[in-house]
Amino acid sequence: MTTSAVSLPAALRPRQILNWFGVAPFFIFATLFLILPTLNIVVGAFRNAQGEATLENLGKLLSPSIRSAFWISIELSLMTAVLGCLFGFLIAAAITLGGLPRPLRNAILTFSGVASNFAGVPLAFAFIATLGRLGFVTMLLRHWFGINLYGSGFNIVSFLGLALTYLYFQIPLMVLIITPALEGLRREWREAAESLGASGFQYWRMVALPVLWPSLLGTLALLFANAFGAVATAIALTGSSLSIAPIVLFAQIRGDVLNDPHLGYAIAFAMIVLTAVANGIYILLRMRAERWVK
Amino acid sequence: MAFLDIHQLQKSFGALRVVKDFTLGIDKGEFVSFLGPSGCGKTTVLRMVAGFETPTSGAIRIDGRDVTGLPANRRKIGMVFQAYALFPNLTVEENIGFGLKVAGEDKAAIRKRVGEMLELIGLSQLGGRYPFQLSGGQQQRVALARALAPRPQVLLLDEPLSALDAKIRVSLREEIRRIQRDLGITTIFVTHDQEEALSMSDRVVVMHQGVADQVGTPFEIYNRPATRFVAQFVGTLNLIDADLVDAAAGRIRLGGVPVALNRSLPGQTGKRISLALRPETVALGRKDEGNAVVLAGTITEVHFLGAVIRIRVAVEGGLVSLDTFNQPDRPPPSIGTPVEISVSHRDLLVLAA
Amino acid sequence: MTGKRLWSWLAVVLGGLYFLLPLAGMVDFSMRMKRGEYSFEAYRLVLADPQFQQTFGYSVGLALLTIVLGILIVVPTAYFVRLRFPGLRPIVEFITLLPLVIPPIVIVFGYIRIYNTSSILPLTGSWLGTNILLLFGYATLSLPYMYRSVDTGLRTIDIASLTEAAQSLGAGWARILTVVILPNVFVSVLSGAFLTFAIVIGEYVFAALLNVNSFGPYMVWMGGNRAYEPSALAVVAFAITWACMGLIQLFTRFSKFSTARR
Repeated sequence: MTTSAVSLPAALRPRQILNWFGVAPFFIFATLFLILPTLNIVVGAFRNAQGEATLENLGKLLSPSIRSAFWISIELSLMTAVLGCLFGFLIAAAITLGGLPRPLRNAILTFSGVASNFAGVPLAFAFIATLGRLGFVTMLLRHWFGINLYGSGFNIVSFLGLALTYLYFQIPLMVLIITPALEGLRREWREAAESLGASGFQYWRMVALPVLWPSLLGTLALLFANAFGAVATAIALTGSSLSIAPIVLFAQIRGDVLNDPHLGYAIAFAMIVLTAVANGIYILLRMRAERWVK
Repeated sequence: MAFLDIHQLQKSFGALRVVKDFTLGIDKGEFVSFLGPSGCGKTTVLRMVAGFETPTSGAIRIDGRDVTGLPANRRKIGMVFQAYALFPNLTVEENIGFGLKVAGEDKAAIRKRVGEMLELIGLSQLGGRYPFQLSGGQQQRVALARALAPRPQVLLLDEPLSALDAKIRVSLREEIRRIQRDLGITTIFVTHDQEEALSMSDRVVVMHQGVADQVGTPFEIYNRPATRFVAQFVGTLNLIDADLVDAAAGRIRLGGVPVALNRSLPGQTGKRISLALRPETVALGRKDEGNAVVLAGTITEVHFLGAVIRIRVAVEGGLVSLDTFNQPDRPPPSIGTPVEISVSHRDLLVLAA
Repeated sequence: MTGKRLWSWLAVVLGGLYFLLPLAGMVDFSMRMKRGEYSFEAYRLVLADPQFQQTFGYSVGLALLTIVLGILIVVPTAYFVRLRFPGLRPIVEFITLLPLVIPPIVIVFGYIRIYNTSSILPLTGSWLGTNILLLFGYATLSLPYMYRSVDTGLRTIDIASLTEAAQSLGAGWARILTVVILPNVFVSVLSGAFLTFAIVIGEYVFAALLNVNSFGPYMVWMGGNRAYEPSALAVVAFAITWACMGLIQLFTRFSKFSTARR
């Protein structure tokens, strides 16, 4: 393709050097605003205020308050990821395989596109308006069915309330990702299994689920990271009354709690490690699950 | 009663009648092809036999048992699909053993049967591979083995060769036929390729607009087509116009020449009719035998195909293609040459409309 | 068959309840400011609030700038990677997916550490610097969406032939990118752009931690201090998200129509 006949190494030919200018801004941008900041956190987690190498910061993570914050975060992320996958899968299966009218499928996909992006502060407001003390559903239940939601111990500012709110963007994300995968299941696979004597259940256990498995795992990891990093929703919903890892870090950065930036590094580092581990597990499982592709 | 008995089968999708009154009996061990253009209903009949579609009316019986309402997974039918449809997450061995595993057979029995099937299709070395690692021809052979492994009563093949290269197609169709003969399994083969249908089948069913136009051996279908559609769809055909002078006595007028066929003909006396003739029955020049029609014409096209030379001659009433064999010491005739062609009376097919 | 359909309807109806009730609650609550009657009082108050006008306008402007910056970074990269550096593809894709894996709060924490007043590049020290930092931060957040939509767009056109055709007519790189490539992936760029807009407009964490008074922090402040206005704000935010997604659908459909007619 290169027109010059000079026998320089390909990368040094004038045309190719010009091409490098095309991608250089991206790499400079990514280095300055994505990679360096992250590396700074990682390195900072292993240094003390004097710049010496230490594991002291990570040790502070084991203090009961921070440990419990991480634990709640993990529980919350895992629970909403698993439930998001489950319910999202059911809805996606209903609209792809359930014989529902086609326009309904398109409407649900469009709505999922909106809802998966309707996260953060407004979402929290919507749930407060719905399930808060004076919320729409709370009142509805009291006036129509005589059920006192808050009397039974429910509170929107709680683990359960937060999980319910997170599911509002977790489920649609799952629907968006898994619908194409479900549509990729070929009708002939099902028919071949049937003609070989398999029941619907056997087809799902032996063919459909193993084929979907990599996509399911990938979405699970993505939903976990998605929930784990969600700060705005939690802050707008609970203020800082529920102590989850990102809120603790938020307070740390703001300097509200104690002015120890290196503890902040450690918390941030631990968050990276957790999402990285989630994604690492996903990649590993995916490779195992996808032996049949490569 | 036939082993596989399809009785007055009908299928409509909404207002569209895809299969109209289809009746056919297939004997045990017989290989029957459904031949027809796409949309003729052949695949729908097959899918109703397999249990993937429910007939609007009619009945299907296998070995005397009515299976019309039976779900597909209880029919003991083996099915091979056009696009292989191997389970991508299972190895070749696991694919072949799928039906046995589902039936709850023990591991040793499954392994033994899978080994037999692999040997049958000649892929014993590839048992551990995944489908994506196989060529199309290999995948389709595995699909065949998978369908046969649980010893089905009937084997259904839905255009199994149309996704493959021409060369593999020929070798695989011979292999399918060999395996089918060895096992003696009752088989329905759906195809739109007349060569496949003629070369493989004991009987061919030519389907057209949801109806079986003709059922017969490949020899009958080719040489005695019952309808104009069958004649045109199967093989190459010349159609020329003629006048029906006397239907009962079998007298026609062809290119101004009166011809006495001495058999009663379909159609109405005095009408224009179509005569059909296969290229290989037309001779260049005058035939010696007395029972031949001789027509004068001009050569308009010459196609040298190697062993065969196809020549097109314009005669009164239309164009006639004819095939002659290549002879090294005689070059093909040139375009524009006036010639005579002759056809035996018995090779002139008078078609019902 | 009917059993399956019944279960499907059940799943869709239950899902529909879960997803529609909060919307109903939000709308209902936003209109209950006046006792005993439905009114748009909360909306009127919010829209008339100078703080709202100022923060909302600021966020809209910032979102638009983010989109421009994103296009400038992503389109040439995706183009050159496809055309000239297929080997870089895995690396570039990995980088563009990182913002989905690294929590945003961690990224902004890194900014504060690297670009604080005592660093070589003290961006957080000045008003302009902080805004630039926020802009680049948002471009980082939008990277996964922007890159994926542009790359998908490039896949559907034959960029190699288009480039060679343009070159043979004497066009330079800048001209090829702006006149030939960009119009052809315009719809994909737009869908990335609307997605970016939806993400940036109400973003809270970056803005709050960089001490920028944009729409996100304004909403949180309202949430802590008012009762009915937050719901009105949520309705507005939801409408914006809907508009963005609706526009994506509209443009995608329009482009399908125009290619079908070609």
